[in-house]
Amino acid sequence: MSEKQVTRRNFLYVTTGAFTAAGAASIAWPFIDQMNPDASVKALASTEIDLRPIVPGQSITVLWRGKPVFIRRRTQEEINEAQMVSLTDLPDPQDDSERALNPEWLVMVGICTHLGCIPLGQKGDYNGWFCPCHGSHYDTSGRIRKGPAPTNLEIPEYVFLNDNTIKIG
Amino acid sequence: MSDNYQPTSAVGRWFNDRLPLLNLIYGHLLPYPTPKNLNYWWTFGGILTFCLLTQIITGLVLAMHYVADADQAFASVEHIMRDVNYGWLLRYIHANGASLFFMAVYIHMARSLFYGSYKEPRELIWIIGVFIFLLMIATAFMGYVLPWGQMSFWGATVITNLFSAIPVVGESVTNWLWGGYAVGSPLLTRFFTLHYLMPFLIFALVILHVWALHVPGNNNPEGINVVQGSQDTVPFHPHYVVKDLFALVVFMIIFAGFVFFVPNILGHSDNYIQANPLQTPEHIVPEWYFLPFYAILRSVPDKLGGVILMVSAIAILAFLPWLDTSKVRSAKYRPLYRQFVWLFFADVILLGYLGAQTADGLYLIIGRIATIYYFVHFIVIMPLLGFIEKTKPLPKSLSEPVLTKEERDMKAAAAAVT
Repeated sequence: MSEKQVTRRNFLYVTTGAFTAAGAASIAWPFIDQMNPDASVKALASTEIDLRPIVPGQSITVLWRGKPVFIRRRTQEEINEAQMVSLTDLPDPQDDSERALNPEWLVMVGICTHLGCIPLGQKGDYNGWFCPCHGSHYDTSGRIRKGPAPTNLEIPEYVFLNDNTIKIG
Repeated sequence: MSDNYQPTSAVGRWFNDRLPLLNLIYGHLLPYPTPKNLNYWWTFGGILTFCLLTQIITGLVLAMHYVADADQAFASVEHIMRDVNYGWLLRYIHANGASLFFMAVYIHMARSLFYGSYKEPRELIWIIGVFIFLLMIATAFMGYVLPWGQMSFWGATVITNLFSAIPVVGESVTNWLWGGYAVGSPLLTRFFTLHYLMPFLIFALVILHVWALHVPGNNNPEGINVVQGSQDTVPFHPHYVVKDLFALVVFMIIFAGFVFFVPNILGHSDNYIQANPLQTPEHIVPEWYFLPFYAILRSVPDKLGGVILMVSAIAILAFLPWLDTSKVRSAKYRPLYRQFVWLFFADVILLGYLGAQTADGLYLIIGRIATIYYFVHFIVIMPLLGFIEKTKPLPKSLSEPVLTKEERDMKAAAAAVT
C-alpha cells in the first residue's frame, strides 16, 4: 500500500461530505426556527400602563408578553428597607437604585426565577414576595434573599413616558 | 425451528413464501423456548404492551374531539366529558391508563433490578428499556398539559423552566420551546403534536426491546443461563400465553376498578379549573409517577444543580449494567444485595411520598438524605457489593433446586415411616 497520500478521491470525499453537512444544516434551520416566537407574538411586545389609579402600598399586575408584571407603588418604609440592605447580604447583589428608575415605583416581571411560578406579594420573611412553589423569599426590592431561586426578580425594560404613564418593552 | 414453519393453508403458504411474516410471528410467539420457572413478575411485559395499545387507541379517538388551542382546549375536554358519546369513558381510560402504565413499568423495572435482568448479555434490552421509560415520561408529561387546567399550565411552566437553568443559552432555549415569552397556545399545539408522535416511537422501541430479548432469551428467577430447547425451557405457547393472559385479566379488573369507581383519585382536582396565567395554585404537584424525581429536584438548593441531579437520577439507570460488578444475577443468591435492593425500593417510595409534601423543615432534610441514598445505592453500593459479597452457590439447572427439595421430602417421609 502507498504512503498516506492525499488523492483526488480523498479530496472529493471530504468536499462532498462538507457540502452535504452545510446543506443539511441550512435546511434544518427553518425546521428549528419555526418554533421560535413568531411575528404575531413579537408584535405584542410592548404595553403602556396608566399609573394614576395606584395608591402607595398598592400593587397591580399587568400582562406583558403573556407574563405577569408587578407594578408596586412602594411605601416610604419599604423603600427605606430596600435601600438599607447591605449588598454583601444578597445572593445576587444589586442596589435598589439599579432596580427602580423612580424609587417609589417598582416594576418587575412577576415570575419566580426558580421555576416560573408567580410569587405572592407582601409575604415571606423579607416582607416582599414569597413563591409558594418551592419557597423562595424576595425582599421589598424583589431581590432574592432565601430559597432556591438563583437571581432577583427580573426588571423588564421600561420607560416613564410622563409622570403617570410607563411603557414596558 | 421457526425456519421450518409451514402454514397449513394454501393461501398462508403463498403469502409466507413471498413475505415470511407468519414465520416471524410463529417463531417469536408460539414455540419460542422460555424458562420454565418464570413467576408472575414476568407477566408485566405483556401487560405493558396492552397498556401501550390501550393508550394509542383511546388517544387516537380522543384526538378526534380535542382542540389544541389555549382558548378552546379546556372546553373541548369538558365537551368530551359531557357531550361526546362515551367520551367520559374514553378519557377516563386514557387518563387512568397512563397511571397504570407507570405502575406496571415500575414493577417491570423493579423485577429487572431484583433478578439482575439488566446484566450481561441483556444490557441492551435494559438500555432500550431506559429509553422507553424516558419517552414515557415525556409523553405522559405532555399529555397532562393538554387539558389546559391549572395543574397542566403550571406543571408545564415549572418543567419548561427547567431548561432556563442551562447556562448562557437557557433563556433562548425556553423561549424557543414556548414559541413565545411564556407558556401559551404555541406550546400547547407543539405538545399535542409530540404527544401524538411519541407513542409510536415507543412502539418502535418496544419492537427493538423484544427483538433484543429474543436473542439471549428470558432471564429467570434463578438468574442462571438456560440452554434453549433443554428440559429447562417450555414453549411460549400455551404455557406463558395463558399465564400472561391470566395476569392481564387481573390487571384489567384493577384498571376497570379505577376507571369506573374512582376515576379521579389519581388526578388533582385543580386540573378541573381552567388555566390562569395570573394565578399559581397554592401547591404544584406533578402526577404521582413523577413524585420521586420531583423530590430529588426540590432537595437541591441550587436550580441548575437540582435539574442536573433529577436528570442524572434517570440517566444513571442506563449505566447500571456496568455499575453492578457482581456476576450473579438473581438477588435470591445475593444475601447482601437482596437487602439493599429492598432498601432502595423503600427509598424510592419515600422520595415519592416526600415529593407530594411541601419542601421545607423536616421533609426537606429527609428528602436530602433520601436523595443522597438514591445515588449512593448506584455509585457506591452496587460496585462494592460485587467485591465484598459472598454469594450463595448457583444451581446447575432450573430443575436442581426443585429436585433436591423433593429428595429432601422423600427422605423425610422415609424417616417418618421407620
